[in-house]
Amino acid sequence: MSILIDKNTRLIVQGITGRDGSFHASKMKAYGTNVVGGTSPGKAGELTDGIPVFNTVKDAVNETGADTSVIFVPAPFAKDAMMEAADAGIKLIIAITEGVPTLDVIEAYHFIRQRGANLIGPNCPGLISPGKGLVGIMPSMIFKQGSTGVISRSGTLTYEVVYNLTEHSMGQSTAIGVGGDPVVGLYFIELLEMFENDPETDSIALIGEIGGDAEERAAAYIKKHITKPVAVFIAGQQAPPGKQMGHAGAIISSGSGTAAEKIAAFEAAGVPVAKEPSQIPDLLKKRR
Amino acid sequence: MKIHEYQAKEMFASYGLPVDRSIVCRSIEDAVKAYGQLDSQRVIVKAQVHTGGRGKAGGVKLAKDEIELRKHAATILGMNIKGFTVDRILVGQAVNIEKEYYVSFVIDRASKSTILMLSREGGMDIEEVARTTPEKIHKFEIDPSLGLPEYLAREAAFKLFDDIKEVNQATAIFQKLYKLFVGTDASLAEINPLVLTKEGNLMAIDAKMTFDDNALYRHPKIAALNEPTEEEKKEQNAKSKGFSYVNLGGEIGCMVNGAGLAMATMDLIKLYGGNPANFLDIGGSSNPTKVIEAMKLLLSDQNVKVVLINIFGGITRCDDVAKGLLEAFKQIKTGVPVVIRLTGTNEKEGRALLQGTGLYVAETMGEATRKAVSLV
Repeated sequence: MSILIDKNTRLIVQGITGRDGSFHASKMKAYGTNVVGGTSPGKAGELTDGIPVFNTVKDAVNETGADTSVIFVPAPFAKDAMMEAADAGIKLIIAITEGVPTLDVIEAYHFIRQRGANLIGPNCPGLISPGKGLVGIMPSMIFKQGSTGVISRSGTLTYEVVYNLTEHSMGQSTAIGVGGDPVVGLYFIELLEMFENDPETDSIALIGEIGGDAEERAAAYIKKHITKPVAVFIAGQQAPPGKQMGHAGAIISSGSGTAAEKIAAFEAAGVPVAKEPSQIPDLLKKRR
Repeated sequence: MKIHEYQAKEMFASYGLPVDRSIVCRSIEDAVKAYGQLDSQRVIVKAQVHTGGRGKAGGVKLAKDEIELRKHAATILGMNIKGFTVDRILVGQAVNIEKEYYVSFVIDRASKSTILMLSREGGMDIEEVARTTPEKIHKFEIDPSLGLPEYLAREAAFKLFDDIKEVNQATAIFQKLYKLFVGTDASLAEINPLVLTKEGNLMAIDAKMTFDDNALYRHPKIAALNEPTEEEKKEQNAKSKGFSYVNLGGEIGCMVNGAGLAMATMDLIKLYGGNPANFLDIGGSSNPTKVIEAMKLLLSDQNVKVVLINIFGGITRCDDVAKGLLEAFKQIKTGVPVVIRLTGTNEKEGRALLQGTGLYVAETMGEATRKAVSLV
């Protein structure tokens, strides 16, 4: 098993005829993901790398039975794309698009929840269940099938940690980049719960960064509810207050959201914190 | 993006929110003229700067007559508040204050909602109130499809006021402020304090707004109000080239692909006893043009003694990255030593291409960082 995506996932790509959409649609298909269709208004009937294109998500769902959608449309249209997917009955929506206005995300998120669906992202690299499926833009070749779950707020830093895990023969059940914006969909607590309930996952790596207090809340949740070993890395100890560090969500404001506070919260919860990403495999092995 | 109090008050007024009468001034003469127009014996003189803590820094003064006004205007104009030089002051009618309140709309990450935040402890540092007496803060999550209908605004207003006349005024203020917040894609709209005057009127005597940078494309008038500092100009210039850059003042210049990895690289430099000169995320791909631009940016910082390039080759393969780096270093001649860590897809091929080029090549982040620190 794995979480959220597997061999049975039926994926559509919204914005499949765009540069990024078509490039990654091919990559996902080549990896073995069941890409059943794509959308691009006005281009129904075309094929992208053999994948049928539809005008609307509703058409795509009716024709293909899709249950998952990945969004590559430009930021000004991302809210509409997320809501269209939810309204058409898609159950898992992954928004890769960067630079989506926060109030657009809030509106789309609440609508998606009301439709009983889940959102990952926006501004995220997506997720992968190695050997089963890839949804998003992660470099599949560094991943290996296995039993460590990975949850991260960052892209390349996730790859760094995954690379270290793979080097130590610790494959991954599912790896998810939740996204770097202040407001995004599924986050640490929901994903920790899914990994705890996944029989194929035996340990969890969590990669956090400065900004907000999601790490503090995750630490409290792990202490109370998670029985599997967890190891953590927090990026941004050297970040100056008030400055945005690449991700819109990575900003320390008024003394909250610092790396020091987050590290202290995990240590208080008995969760080991790696000083550098390469220590994660050992921290997990020791406790497994 | 931040704007000044006087600009926020202009937005408030255009949405029908009650604000004190005030005039923005750039000189003592302006201030004296404004004093004549305001038709009030007592006026408040306030520094207009993009930072909090103006009052404590001496940037807010009450003037009882024209002589005092001249004196305060002279002191505050040109004053330095947390690195910002005051070039504008706001001269406003002094208000007879009965009581002060706190009102704001703000994005809450945890509930993924806009929240209305209220307190009877107005005029104070709200974060301090939240820390010491959280029970004195009231929060209302707003369902974006519902917005803030009158009944909800009224329910919130009853948390601050008992008299129905005041409740009705507050209800209208909350609704208008929410309309402004949504209409301008704000990330914060704050009134601190909202005052009840001795005459029984509610009025915003301070106004603070910040805006979502991601949404500025649909608000060109607000985007035009941007006043970046020198440092922010450098950051914005980097952004226009597809980078995120923040200067940190150390000696080791960093170039990294990805924000999280860039932060982790800074942390590792510190862990091994060095000081990062900057945060620089060059984004996912690493084509030669980008690397050249990034190197120029790093070397424009006189403090930089060593450059550490940390690239994780994911979608972009390491051999392509190495070719890009070689191309870039053909064009850049520098005496500053360069350490490169290259890992990921096709890493062996990538590192082989860089051997014998005078660049220090490392396999792991730890190895590269130690090398960079030792070269300072």
